[in-house]
Amino acid sequence: MRKFGYKTRSMAVTGKKLLEVEQLEVVFETRDGEVKAVNKLDFSMQSGETLAIVGESGSGKSQTALAIMKLLAANGEARGAARFYGRNLLEMTATEINEVRGEHIAMIFQDPTSSLNPYMTIEEQMLEVLMRHRKMSRKDARLRVLEMLTQVDIPDPQRRIRQYPHEYSGGMQQRVLIAMGLLCQPELLIADEPTTALDVTVQDQIKRLMRELKEKFNTSILLITHDLGVVAGLADKVLVMYAGQLVESAPVDEIFYRPRHPYTAALLKAVPRLDQVGDYDMHPIPGNPPNLLNLPKGCPFRNRCEMAFDACKQMPQVREVVPGHRLRCFLDGDALK
Amino acid sequence: MSDAGKFILRVQDLQVYYPVETGTLFKRQTTMLKALNGVSFEMAPGESLGIVGESGCGKSTLARAILGLQQPTSGRVLWQSEPLHEMDATTLREKRKELQIIFQDPTASLNPRLKIGEIIAEPLHNFYPRMDKLQVEERVKGMMQLVGLLPNMLNRYPHEFSGGQCQRVGIARALILNPKLVVCDEPVSSLDVSIQAQIVNLLKNLQKKLSLSLIFIAHDLSVVKSISERVMVMYLGKVMELAPREEIYTRPRHPYTSDLMRAVPIPDPEVERNKMDIVTYGDTPSPMNPPSGCPFRTRCPWARKRCAEDVPILRRVGGEGKVACHYADEIELPE
Repeated sequence: MRKFGYKTRSMAVTGKKLLEVEQLEVVFETRDGEVKAVNKLDFSMQSGETLAIVGESGSGKSQTALAIMKLLAANGEARGAARFYGRNLLEMTATEINEVRGEHIAMIFQDPTSSLNPYMTIEEQMLEVLMRHRKMSRKDARLRVLEMLTQVDIPDPQRRIRQYPHEYSGGMQQRVLIAMGLLCQPELLIADEPTTALDVTVQDQIKRLMRELKEKFNTSILLITHDLGVVAGLADKVLVMYAGQLVESAPVDEIFYRPRHPYTAALLKAVPRLDQVGDYDMHPIPGNPPNLLNLPKGCPFRNRCEMAFDACKQMPQVREVVPGHRLRCFLDGDALK
Repeated sequence: MSDAGKFILRVQDLQVYYPVETGTLFKRQTTMLKALNGVSFEMAPGESLGIVGESGCGKSTLARAILGLQQPTSGRVLWQSEPLHEMDATTLREKRKELQIIFQDPTASLNPRLKIGEIIAEPLHNFYPRMDKLQVEERVKGMMQLVGLLPNMLNRYPHEFSGGQCQRVGIARALILNPKLVVCDEPVSSLDVSIQAQIVNLLKNLQKKLSLSLIFIAHDLSVVKSISERVMVMYLGKVMELAPREEIYTRPRHPYTSDLMRAVPIPDPEVERNKMDIVTYGDTPSPMNPPSGCPFRTRCPWARKRCAEDVPILRRVGGEGKVACHYADEIELPE
């Protein structure tokens, strides 16, 4: 039934990497010229892993996710490769990618309210996924949907399934979207700022839910966020982006306890922390993020970097400092202590 | 000194209700949404107060009421001992010079067709139409310098600036009339972390330098930690806790304050992995139909029978701060 030789569960046993992104570039044609939102990005994900892509606005983190799903705006173009179990998603036709979306790769977005169809009941929009991808009967699909809603702690799903999105709170809507994303048990879940639009207490609930579900279903998660606190609680590996480029990538503990890029270190310091008693100071990064239309030559962070020196006028290449720890900086981060 | 002179701002039992139409097409009903339900507090001149709460707690309505932009249903706002909402239009307009606001979305609150210099000068044109052109320019340039903008950027348009720079323009516009009180309504929520800290530090320095009274509104406790001498936590239109920052951050006394604090993720994987307990259950109830008694009781693990019956009043329980919880002196909140 799957035209491209995909069998839902057979993909994992091929031994190929879940996701391999190679030299990914996302370019937008704008009135003011060409904007490179993502610049020669390389990364890969193993099955079962959670990778967090961290960056501030304009860093290219969301465009990376959208490019993988072939959801770029009309004036955007993705170059390079994004291989999902060996098959390049970027070269797929519309029909092919539609088979992958929802079935093998699901995505949840920042704003749950605008991700749900306001004219359809929760039931209708959730059934659609299973009837479309799994060709399930209404009755079977309904049972599965109810089961999934229970998994994400929607109280009284029998009743709530018949309601419309506006009858749900923001946190509940995000739970529904997570449930919907996991209906087909996708191999990869892309979560683009899944907690940003929610209240802090609800953020915490959603984070816990994601961690639980990841263990239960062994879903790999590509987490896109600006919130280092969320990253600390969810990620196995972290990739830090700045001005469309990878600046550092490493296992989560390495990034948080032994950051090597001055930007990563500065970003960690800039987060106000509630656990540090008596420390009432804020530690900003000086200057402003660069304009993508007019990037300075060399390292894009050098204007804001405390450690910048002459060599930074040239672009540093990404290198592996220690196994598993990639860095785009002429220094190796030892001076950051 | 009498109480009246000690405080620059006094908010007394403030209530703001919005009528909301509910029901079906043929059975329309008007329900009252209680955005603010009995809020009282005072502010001393030069003080910096943080107001924290999640969506629907009434923090923005409170900001609007303090600035005289929202007529209260009942209660009073006393600005330098005078009731703000009973003033006639001319007096209120004069007072507006002393009360200024900085908005959340810096790009949306700047007119895209005006140059930065014109935006900052607009309040001056408004209140001092006869002010000399050169004098205006001088004031604008001085203000730009004060907020960390180069005076030669005067002729640029907002779209040429980053979010952080736009917020600096918003701050300059708010300060050009030498206000006494500045209300900042989530001024850094839409900015990047690295820029947030810049703006908070700028506001903190300006507050000290110009001895401003500053109200800083935020949706979580981490941002106000650095800037606010006292912090007020709100929930469903009510004040849950109001305490000096040294107290609230080291020893929160309201279960909601404690939850709000523990819910903020810490950028430390070890700490996050070991956070086992679930912080808060459920969602905030609708402000159209708040719970009886204590508004937080539906989510509070310590709630008892009395919490559904009596509304807890804001009271002192050891320390300087006040808390609205019947059992604040009995319960032991987690670390």
